[in-house]
Amino acid sequence: MSEPIVTRTSATNALRANERRDFMSYMWGFGLALGLTLVPFALVQWQAMARDPLLITIAVLALVQTVVHFRYFLHLDRKRKREDLLLVLFSTSLLIIMVAGTIWIMANLAERMTPI
Amino acid sequence: MISELFKRLEFYLDARQNKEIFIYPGLNLGVEHSDAHTQAEATVFGFWVFLMSDAIIFGMAFATYATLLHGTADSPGPRELYHLGPIFIETLLLLTSSFTFGMASIAMKYKHPTSRLVGWLLITLVLGVVFLGMELNDFRAMFAAGGLPTQSGFLSGFFGLVPLHGLHVMAGCIWLVCMLGQIAVHGLDSETKLGLLRLALFWHFLDIVWIFIFSVVYLAGLA
Amino acid sequence: MSWSTIFNHPLGLLGADSFPFLAMLSSDDSDIFINGLLGSFAAALVIISVMVVVALLTRYRAWRTLWFDWLTSTDHKKIGIMYVVLALVMLTRAIAEAVLMRAQGAVGLGGGFLSSDHFAQLFSTHGTIMIFFMAMPFLTGLINYVVPLQIGARDVAFPILNSISLWLTAAGAALVMISLVVGAFSTGGWFGYPPYTETLYNPGIGVDYWIWSLTLASLGSTLTGINIAVTIYKKRAPGMKLYYMPLFTWTALCTAIMMIFAMPPLTVVTLQLALDRYLDFHFFTNGLGGNQMNFLNMFWLFGHPEVYILILPAFGVYSEIFSTFSGKVLFGYKSLVWATISIAFLSFLVWLHHFFTMGQSGHINAVFGIASMLIGIPTGVKIYDWMWTMLRGRIRFSVPMIYSLAFIFLFVIGGITGIMLANPILDYQVHNTVFLVAHFHNMVVPGVLFGMLAGYTFWFPKAFGFRLDERWGRISAYCWIFGWMGAFFPLYILGLMGLPRRSVAYEQASYVPLEIVAFVGALLVAAALMALVIQLWVSIKYREKNRVFVGDPWNGRSLEWATSAPPPEYNFPVVPSINDRDAFTAAKEFGVGYQEPDAYVNIEIPQNSAMGPVFGGTSFLLAFGLVWQIWWLVILTGLITIGTLVMRGFQRDTLKIIPAEAVCRTHQHWIQAARLALPIKRSQEHTAANKGRAAIETVEVPT
Repeated sequence: MSEPIVTRTSATNALRANERRDFMSYMWGFGLALGLTLVPFALVQWQAMARDPLLITIAVLALVQTVVHFRYFLHLDRKRKREDLLLVLFSTSLLIIMVAGTIWIMANLAERMTPI
Repeated sequence: MISELFKRLEFYLDARQNKEIFIYPGLNLGVEHSDAHTQAEATVFGFWVFLMSDAIIFGMAFATYATLLHGTADSPGPRELYHLGPIFIETLLLLTSSFTFGMASIAMKYKHPTSRLVGWLLITLVLGVVFLGMELNDFRAMFAAGGLPTQSGFLSGFFGLVPLHGLHVMAGCIWLVCMLGQIAVHGLDSETKLGLLRLALFWHFLDIVWIFIFSVVYLAGLA
Repeated sequence: MSWSTIFNHPLGLLGADSFPFLAMLSSDDSDIFINGLLGSFAAALVIISVMVVVALLTRYRAWRTLWFDWLTSTDHKKIGIMYVVLALVMLTRAIAEAVLMRAQGAVGLGGGFLSSDHFAQLFSTHGTIMIFFMAMPFLTGLINYVVPLQIGARDVAFPILNSISLWLTAAGAALVMISLVVGAFSTGGWFGYPPYTETLYNPGIGVDYWIWSLTLASLGSTLTGINIAVTIYKKRAPGMKLYYMPLFTWTALCTAIMMIFAMPPLTVVTLQLALDRYLDFHFFTNGLGGNQMNFLNMFWLFGHPEVYILILPAFGVYSEIFSTFSGKVLFGYKSLVWATISIAFLSFLVWLHHFFTMGQSGHINAVFGIASMLIGIPTGVKIYDWMWTMLRGRIRFSVPMIYSLAFIFLFVIGGITGIMLANPILDYQVHNTVFLVAHFHNMVVPGVLFGMLAGYTFWFPKAFGFRLDERWGRISAYCWIFGWMGAFFPLYILGLMGLPRRSVAYEQASYVPLEIVAFVGALLVAAALMALVIQLWVSIKYREKNRVFVGDPWNGRSLEWATSAPPPEYNFPVVPSINDRDAFTAAKEFGVGYQEPDAYVNIEIPQNSAMGPVFGGTSFLLAFGLVWQIWWLVILTGLITIGTLVMRGFQRDTLKIIPAEAVCRTHQHWIQAARLALPIKRSQEHTAANKGRAAIETVEVPT
């Protein structure tokens, strides 16, 4: 009769480990996101860089923070739920096509139409 | 020897079941509902797809904003209208609310007392509402400084994008209230859990959109 | 907008002069009178049709049946049928408008009988209806009906959402219809380019009708896309790998994915235009930093994928038909799948070819021109695959096959003119002429509409349990084909002769002969529509003779033919296990096509829901209120809509159970009928002997 109890205990342990892992995931996410938010705000507040490198830094940090959010808050990784990851990657590629295409075309048009 | 083997096997089977239950973080419908489980998977996946469709809507609003960035037509531009302070606080509010919703998800998934779940949800709701209040205050300040959407293409682009996110947050808050109501009426049944799970996705997704709003609109506008 | 505007004008902008009929009577101008007469005639037709339907429903006491069996149904099959009915009703109106436009063209030398405003309304509604309220509902209806059956599912993933999508589309269609009676529709074309559609140039409510009907339709389509994609992704029968799916399901999957990602840009532009018009924003205005070119850009970000949303399901239908009516396995299945995927992806990369002449630099035009031409490659692969499917098959020239063959010939011509237009240099020459009109009608009529009609003929017996009349079907098909050729081949030449599209009148006498030919073609198309109606009438009249209850009248290959016709509400008593492509053909060849399962179980299916109709009603009134600025109505219906959603969240126990005994009885009845039915050879396909049981005839497939 002792076997089922052993199993249940190990299951409970696994559950606890899972909970701890999930909790740490949110903690990591919160910490990283906080850092990735603070840095660009500080850079802009004190105008710590020239404009172009600053813009690039902001963009890179935003992208990194997006990945952090997806990874730690939305639990998107390669181990579980591959279909969701594929969906997000596919959507991102279309989003890039649409947004970058729009900006490319409209910027080109603006350049050619601007009265000199 | 044989009983040892069986124990092992049982353990593995158990672990496998656990894994199945935890396909989605926060989802815990129990093994006995296998039909409900398949439907739940479809529902959550469907909601992911919806979010991606919504992401395209935001993407187009961002693209419009970028296109109209120089169309200020002699009315106030980013430097006159944007203020970093309130935006920073709003960002922290939204980020913290994402975290507190994460805590709510954990409370739901690991069957903590319902009161703890409700507590985390209430904190999230308060953070969301304060965020909305601050954002409205920002808009009021912009109006006062001559930044009305009727003034220029640039301002149309701004008010076509940032309030769109605000409306989403508002919808999220209303949804959150409804979920609290469902917990009160039905308790934590599988439908309520599924609703909370989708709301969590929605909430975290809105936080991601906000990253782009503070980076592209506010930080880049003031850089 | 203050409280006083809400209360002082309870009917918003609505007044006596909003009704074209009254406006016509109070005018002395004979031009206004003629156009008013035509408009009033159309309005009267709408009102009379509605009244006749209401009277018939009351006479036959069918209201209860209509409400409980149809309108509130969440059964994907019934929703599919309702979509197709909506499409056919709207097709009738849009064809009538097309004939009217070609009539005007035939006498348009220096005048004609239509005013330019009326003509503009005609081409705007014709385009809007044909795309959003004919083609989209038609293909959505076919997909809805067929796909769950083909993948061995009981229903779509989200049945109530499905009903809501239908009703949103129907509300949009109703908005277009009511614009005939109250007020007038937009004159800005189906794509409504600003600044013409801005308040400055278009102060009336026409453009608002266009905006809100499109918004409703695009929301409905987005939700449909999500639903279909998740259904195909998550609800396939056990063992059905992606590569086992029938090709129609593959095209449905690609179309659904495109709907999910292509509809949002449309929603965004229409709403931004609405903000411009209602709240004085400056997204697309001439002055104050607005950018009207961005409307073109974003509209076609939706618009080009939309073209392939329309045509891919038709490609799917053709694939099924070529294979079934040649009695052969589809040639090059994997290449067809990958061609479909490539077309779907490439369609997101070519939107700029709709505005080569906007003013961007040559290298951008070149990039998009080349991308557009690339689409010709996967499409060409498909054409060859279909031809190889027919090669040495035993081809039956029934109605669906006639449409499909005409499609191959005509579509290749359309494709070639498409490659011509993909070249920016050539596009500059013929841009905005009727050459373009001929080209895209060449793609969407033989491409989409013929496919939809072929699918309608093909799957009708499955849905209603009896075959459509073959003779009238042929008459209709030939009228469509030759009518289309007559109506649009002249436009290619007229386009090269320089006739601008959308001209109400012209001054070149040399256009007249070809315009007359085109008018005759349009009349033939109208005759085709008549023949279609007669076919339906004759088929219903002699339905007993054409019953195919066993459900497999064409010796079908995929799972939808493995059920009775019409199938039971739950589709399959036991969800089938799949281990091959052409699952039903395999089952028939192994002699296990009509078998009883070991055991029956209770089946859970969703209950009826009034969510759909309520959503349809409120969203229609909401849109109507927005058009006429009746603000109390907007607020009220908005609150009801949100309230319905909230209440839905509190609902539980939305399933009903069909007991195993009932399933058993239904299934045994069908199995009995199948065993009694004589398996018939393909030569007897169109005789009364065809009860829906096919004899196995092996075709020698060349190796």
